[in-house]
Amino acid sequence: MTAAQREKIEEALFPPVVAILIAFVAGDIIMLNFNQSPLVVWRLLLEGTWGNAYGFGQVLYKATTLSFTGMAVAFAYRAGLFNIGGEGQLAAGGLAAALVGFALPVGFPALLAILLGCLGAAAAGGVVGAVPGYLRVRFGAHEVITTIMLNFIVLALLNWFIATRLRVPETLHTPEIHAGAIARLSAVLPAFHGSAANLSVLVVLLTAIAMWYYMFRTRGGYELRAVGLQPDAAEYGGISVGRVLFSAMTVSGVIAGLGGINFVLGYKYYYEDGFAGGTGFLGIAVALVGRNNPFGILLAALFFATLSQGGLAVNAFVPKQMVDVLQGIVIIAIAASVPEVQRILLGSRRRPVTTSALDSQPAATEPPAAAV
Amino acid sequence: MTSSQTSAREPVQTPTLAVRMHDISRSFGPVRANRDASLEVALGEIHALVGENGAGKSTLMRILGGLLTPDSGTLEVNGRDVTGWSTPDAIAAGVGVVHQHFMLVPTLTVAENLVLGKEPTSGGQLDYRRAVADVKRLGEETGLVIDGTRLIADLSVGEAQRVEILKTLYRGAKILVLDEPTAVLSPPEVKELAQVLRRVRDNGGTVIIITHRLDEVMSLSENITVMRAGETVARFHTADTNPAEIAQAMVGRHVRLTTREFAIVTESTAAANAASASRAGNAAPGAPSGGLEVRNLLVTGFRRSYEVNDVSFTVKPGEILGIAGVEGNGQSELIEAIAGLRGIAGGYVGIGGRDVTSASPRERTDAGLSHIPEDRQRRGLIMNYSVADNLILGMQHRFTQHGSLDRAAIAEYAREQIRTFDIRPTDASLPARALSGGNQQKVVVAREMGGGRDYSVLLASQPTRGVDVGAIEFIHARLIAARDAGKAILLVSAELNEVLSLSDRVAVMCGGRFVVMMPAADATEEVLGEYMTGAREAA
Repeated sequence: MTAAQREKIEEALFPPVVAILIAFVAGDIIMLNFNQSPLVVWRLLLEGTWGNAYGFGQVLYKATTLSFTGMAVAFAYRAGLFNIGGEGQLAAGGLAAALVGFALPVGFPALLAILLGCLGAAAAGGVVGAVPGYLRVRFGAHEVITTIMLNFIVLALLNWFIATRLRVPETLHTPEIHAGAIARLSAVLPAFHGSAANLSVLVVLLTAIAMWYYMFRTRGGYELRAVGLQPDAAEYGGISVGRVLFSAMTVSGVIAGLGGINFVLGYKYYYEDGFAGGTGFLGIAVALVGRNNPFGILLAALFFATLSQGGLAVNAFVPKQMVDVLQGIVIIAIAASVPEVQRILLGSRRRPVTTSALDSQPAATEPPAAAV
Repeated sequence: MTSSQTSAREPVQTPTLAVRMHDISRSFGPVRANRDASLEVALGEIHALVGENGAGKSTLMRILGGLLTPDSGTLEVNGRDVTGWSTPDAIAAGVGVVHQHFMLVPTLTVAENLVLGKEPTSGGQLDYRRAVADVKRLGEETGLVIDGTRLIADLSVGEAQRVEILKTLYRGAKILVLDEPTAVLSPPEVKELAQVLRRVRDNGGTVIIITHRLDEVMSLSENITVMRAGETVARFHTADTNPAEIAQAMVGRHVRLTTREFAIVTESTAAANAASASRAGNAAPGAPSGGLEVRNLLVTGFRRSYEVNDVSFTVKPGEILGIAGVEGNGQSELIEAIAGLRGIAGGYVGIGGRDVTSASPRERTDAGLSHIPEDRQRRGLIMNYSVADNLILGMQHRFTQHGSLDRAAIAEYAREQIRTFDIRPTDASLPARALSGGNQQKVVVAREMGGGRDYSVLLASQPTRGVDVGAIEFIHARLIAARDAGKAILLVSAELNEVLSLSDRVAVMCGGRFVVMMPAADATEEVLGEYMTGAREAA
């Protein structure tokens, strides 16, 4: 490993670690505020998540969907796009997976059925992602606006579809699927019994590996990142910027849509209105903490899933909303370490001295080897 | 002779000054836009502020208008020290700036725009009829006649500018500052504007006009201040000077140091000229239509109706055609249009005899086009990419196997280019932003001219901008060597002596047109300078 590489890794790890430490201290203060010993509560939180197979299974289950939505955000972000439509893409993927499950007859070969379910989820998410991609390239409509608006449209359409076509009476969910169920993790490791963890976790690992390879080892990834970093230079380098933007948005939707299998094929075996429950939006935070790197996102998703599950474990001592506070603190702390945000923070503080704000910036980002 | 002597010889004697700016300095980070710049404008005169783009004229005027505060120096208006004042202060004191880019609301009418921020009201509502009447009255006073009920969106550029000036006068401006007002106007509109400005002066107003069209300066102004590189370098009474003298002050003679370095190249140029002359005999019968061909190229623009206006030329294999000109006269747009990075409104572009008029940038690369862009940090390099990754930008499809990048081949290619082009430091995994400007430029040059590149036409735009002396010499030698190897090279540079020492032929671009094209042997800085500033028109 060269010095430059080591420095790059340290630079990537430093902000999340510090952010988590800050959250740790903030958590202590909250717990003391409720007259609880932080030591006891933290131990309880850890035992309820990583301390037993069931709790860990729940963490894995939650981390799976978060990883999908986090990677979806990161994929678009690498191309310079901000996909806030993960929520709608995830839900559309879930419904498509369920529809495939109905369409197939009982007794259809399991592996093939799962594959078709995954394809359906991916295709549905991809379509929902392609729309803002097209609007951006064709009309210059900003994807932040269109993806947010599309969330409402897609969720309302799905709600209408379930309510009028496919609902089990007195519920908001569809009947159970005929084929395509993904096995629970407990089928392999009985200790996980009762938890929602399922083999979707393998799909998410494969997706992460594929995304990493595409981003950093293929020409497509080279061109996509070039567009995200400097569109003018990418255009100069013979890259069709519009095509890259469109495909990046579509693939981002594909990844988010694929996340729908975790709930529908792996856990409940039906589609339920509102199952996404904000996971699409939390994916933005996961991508931020994971620094838009697929493996970083897996770790970040585990962290957020731990907080979420841990909140339930300590609910008897401190309100589970404490974990929302901690999540918020981590997000703010990480956001403050993003170079662009830092420039704004430093700039406003040092404005009176005109040159120092500019001078300090390269010094902070350039490796010392820059002496030429 | 230097221009500072000129200013010493000719101090501006004026009893009452409308504006006095003294030793103004203003930096933007490392860029010093104004360095002890001074300006004295007499009450009731039309004063021209001239200089090349980036000379600091606009910064000085933004300080006058209260949009910027100076780092040091003093500003007096009508004898009152107002250093560091704000925009409202400036407007209240009667200083009105007419910006280069119009600040009008296109969906509102002329009258509505005029009164915006100072609306006449009756019973809490806008008194539209009075606004229209105000426009009419003001129009009659100043000669700026325009119908107050028309929509801004329907106006021509010249009319919109008239509204902009009217708006400034409506707010009671006594000192009118116009930033390159004629750049957007057609010749008859320029004449009209001149009449309006004279009328403003005759009514007791003071006018400061920024321009680099010397014919306008001569016909319109009473006094002239010349800026170069942030400093005030000369002041003239218009009646006592001539365009050649002004042009010389604008272009400057602070180039002694570089001229000596260019001498090295010039010697090799002479040798190369002899070599290419002998080679020309051999090459002639082979391919007649090689090189770069541009015919009737039109590029629509923002500042003018055409940034590139009907430009035609060819660059033959083994030839360097240099384009001189004040920056912002269409050179950048011309290069980008040839490279396929900017849409064109008409014309033809051929590379090596192949029609690439509507080809994508990649197709042009494959047709044999190489391009050293003027802005390496925006276009030429991806600053966060490693040197190795930057060295294949534009050729990434040639380093790909089944969709995957061939990392080993890329690393090997990077090692080779770093060695050949002496890029330092030699670590190919460093991001481009970690390199010095000179070495960043070497990365671009290595990519566009290196061994892996199969090109026949090279666009070299400001190839040595912001580069240290050693790298300048190296890049010049490379350009000469490429020329001698039979490449057709189109060179654009803000450095006149760079154009003169490298080129076989020189063209001058002004206002989007080629105003003159001559063999480099016949060209001198003085002659080119006159064409560049429009002091001399095409013969």
